Order: sequence, then structure tokens, then C-alpha cells
Amino acid sequence: MSKKLIINIIRFIILVFLQVFVLNKIHIGGYVNPYLYILFILLFPIESPKWLQLLSAFLMGFCIDVFMQTIGINMAASVFIAWMRPGLIKSLMADKDDESNLKPGIRDFGFKGFLIYASILTLCHHLILFYLETFKFTHFLTTLKEAVLSSLLTLFLIILTQYLFMKPSKN
Amino acid sequence: MRLLVAFLIRNYFFFFFLILEVISISLLIRYNQYHSSVFVNAAADYTGSMHEAFTNINDYFGLKEENQELARENAQLRNKLQSSLSITDTSFYFRDSLFRYTQARVISKSTRRKNNYLMLNKGKNHGITTDMGVISGEGVVGIIVGVSDHYSIAMPLIHKHSRLSAIISKNNQLVNVVWENQDYLYGNLNDIPIHIELEKGDSILTSGYSFYFPKGVLIGSISEFDDPGNGGNLNTAKIKYAVDFNSITQVYVIENLNRKELENLKEESEEDE
Repeated sequence: MSKKLIINIIRFIILVFLQVFVLNKIHIGGYVNPYLYILFILLFPIESPKWLQLLSAFLMGFCIDVFMQTIGINMAASVFIAWMRPGLIKSLMADKDDESNLKPGIRDFGFKGFLIYASILTLCHHLILFYLETFKFTHFLTTLKEAVLSSLLTLFLIILTQYLFMKPSKN
Repeated sequence: MRLLVAFLIRNYFFFFFLILEVISISLLIRYNQYHSSVFVNAAADYTGSMHEAFTNINDYFGLKEENQELARENAQLRNKLQSSLSITDTSFYFRDSLFRYTQARVISKSTRRKNNYLMLNKGKNHGITTDMGVISGEGVVGIIVGVSDHYSIAMPLIHKHSRLSAIISKNNQLVNVVWENQDYLYGNLNDIPIHIELEKGDSILTSGYSFYFPKGVLIGSISEFDDPGNGGNLNTAKIKYAVDFNSITQVYVIENLNRKELENLKEESEEDE
């Protein structure tokens, strides 16, 4: 348990720094910006208490917001997907006997399962994030385009990190 | 009562989620209203030092552009020096010393959002206070809205609350510069009297009527304008900012040395009315 705790704390710190100092400076084509920090929420241990899942997502959003001078926006989006996550895992992994033993990732979810899982959460997060930032629906279509394109980039990076940090399978 | 408690405990996950969301959204709304929120000022010292450390590394990649920028500014200053030498009117020097310039570096910024900001590496300890103007070698950048001990936060022209009085250079007509689109290169010009003929490329300068900037600092140039005579009393136009907000690194914070006096005078005259 303590090993998992340390891994998650390290992941938290690395992702905050990566997001704030590297990824936030990307802006491909002016507006496409990946938000890889949600990987922390996606990979959070499933068996951990639910309040802790919400609270860590809240803290993650808070750290990103403080650095980006956007108090509230990333917090709201992060807490929302942390709340969605347990239900989503339950419905996606309905055929597995005990989903609490699973570790979120391609290895346990399968490529297709993980892709669906990550896509839904990423898209929800980005839609909330981008619409909260605009704070009005006058630029509805532009915001939608920005959110969807950024989601694709984030998703690509999430899948990439899965393969980069995948442990060799035991058999 | 017991039922209620049981209900709350059974659904604690949902209620905890709601509480956290409400906290987030209320912070968001508060921050949207008061662009210099207390919270941001308090956090600026911590995040600022980290942003600064990272910018120190990042700066090396822009050295070439930075040099060219400084060379251009040097040339501009040299031109001003020559012209100022030929002026014998001493009031010229007096006028100039109304403003004190403090050099500062941009250590963090955003340009693609709806409420953009700049963070500068000078703060209270360097004599920066809120409501000072910020310019770069190219033109107007924005206004200081928050200060901590070592850092300050400026609201650039590309912020939806930004509003600056300006003049059209060729005829001294007073207009307002706002930011209504989402493109950091372009701003909007409001309240242009319809009888004014505009042309592409007309310079827009600071009016000097606000206490933030001296008169005649470049803001931008007209890039598009409405066809005159489409009804209404006032026209609008689109301007291209002189400053490229995405690439600025060096700025000057302007202190109006007579600000207190001017404000007192204004207050007095308003009381008289």
C-alpha cells in the first residue's frame, strides 16, 4: 500500500511540472493544448476510498489552476471525471469478477477497454474545461473544435505513456 | 433525522462530489469578477519563483530574437535622443520625467485564453503597485492588477475586462480599445464617430487621458473597419496590436509620478459638480 502511495505522489508531482512547464507551452496551431495531468486521475488505484479519489483530483486541479492563474476551472473538470470514474469502470468491466483488483491500464483493461475508458474521461474533462473557460456559449463551435482536437492530443499522449512505462509481461 | 443521516452517509460520494464542485465553481466565479483576487496575490510569490527558474532556462532559446528586439529598441531610443537634443524648450524634459520606467521580465504568460495574464519578475519590493501601466519596446502591453513582494501580475490588452482610451493618430479622435475576439493579435476599436474617415494602417496611440500611460505610445494599427453609414452614431474597427503578446519577454512598468495629484484633482472637481 505504501508503495502505491509513493508512486502516486511521485506521479502527481511529475505530472504537475510536466503540465505547467512543458505541455502548457505547446499550443499547436494556436489552441490545441494537451492536458496530460489527468493521467493521474485515470491511473489512480481503483480500490482506494472514493473520497480520496475525489480529494486527490481536487488537489490536482488546484495545483494546475494555481500555476495557470485559472482558479476553479481545472478543479471543477478534474473532480467531475473523478466522480464519473468508478461507475464507468464498473460498467466497462462488467464481465470481470472483481474489478477492484484491476490496475487501470492497457494491461488489465485490454487496449480497447482502456481506449474507451480514457476517451470518455478525456473528452468529458476537456469539454468541461473549455466551456468553463469561455463561460458563454457564443463561441460554441470553435470551443467544441478546440476541446475535441485537444482531447485527441491528450489521448494520444496517454496511450503513448502507457507503452513507454508498460512493465514487461510476466509470461 | 436518522433517516437523513443514513441517506447522506449512503450517498456520501455524490454529496462530497457536489461540495467540491461548488467550491471550484464559486472560486471560478469570484476570480472572474475580481481580476486581482487576494488568492492569486498570495500564491504569486511561490508560483512566481518556479516560473522564473524555468524561464531562466527557456530564455536561452530566444536569445537571438531578444537581441534583435533590443537592437531595434536601441535604434528607436537613439532617434529620440537626437530629436530631443534639438528641442530647447525645457518643458520637454519636465514632461518626460512625469513617468518613471522600471524594467521587468515576463516570467509566465497566457495568450490563448479568454482572460489572459502576464506575470512579471518585479513586485512590491521594486516599487511596483497596482494600476501601473506596462509597455514593451513595441507598444502598450497592459496594466498591473496584482502585486506580491517579488512578482506582479498584469492584465494585458488581450483580457475581456481590458478597456483603454486611445486616440487615432492622424486626427486625435478619442476612441476606446477593447478585446472582443479571441485572437491575441487583434483588438477592437469602439466608439468611433461616424464622420471620421478611417484608413487601413492608421495608428492608434494612447490618449494620455488615463493616468496609466504617457501620451502617444503605440497601441496598434487599424486592420479592418466597418463601412461608414451603416446606421448608428458610432463605428467600430479591428486593430492589429503593435505588441506580439506571444513573444514578449522584456517590458517596462510605468509609474506616473504625479498620479496622486492628478487623482486628487479629479476627485475634487467631481465633488464640485
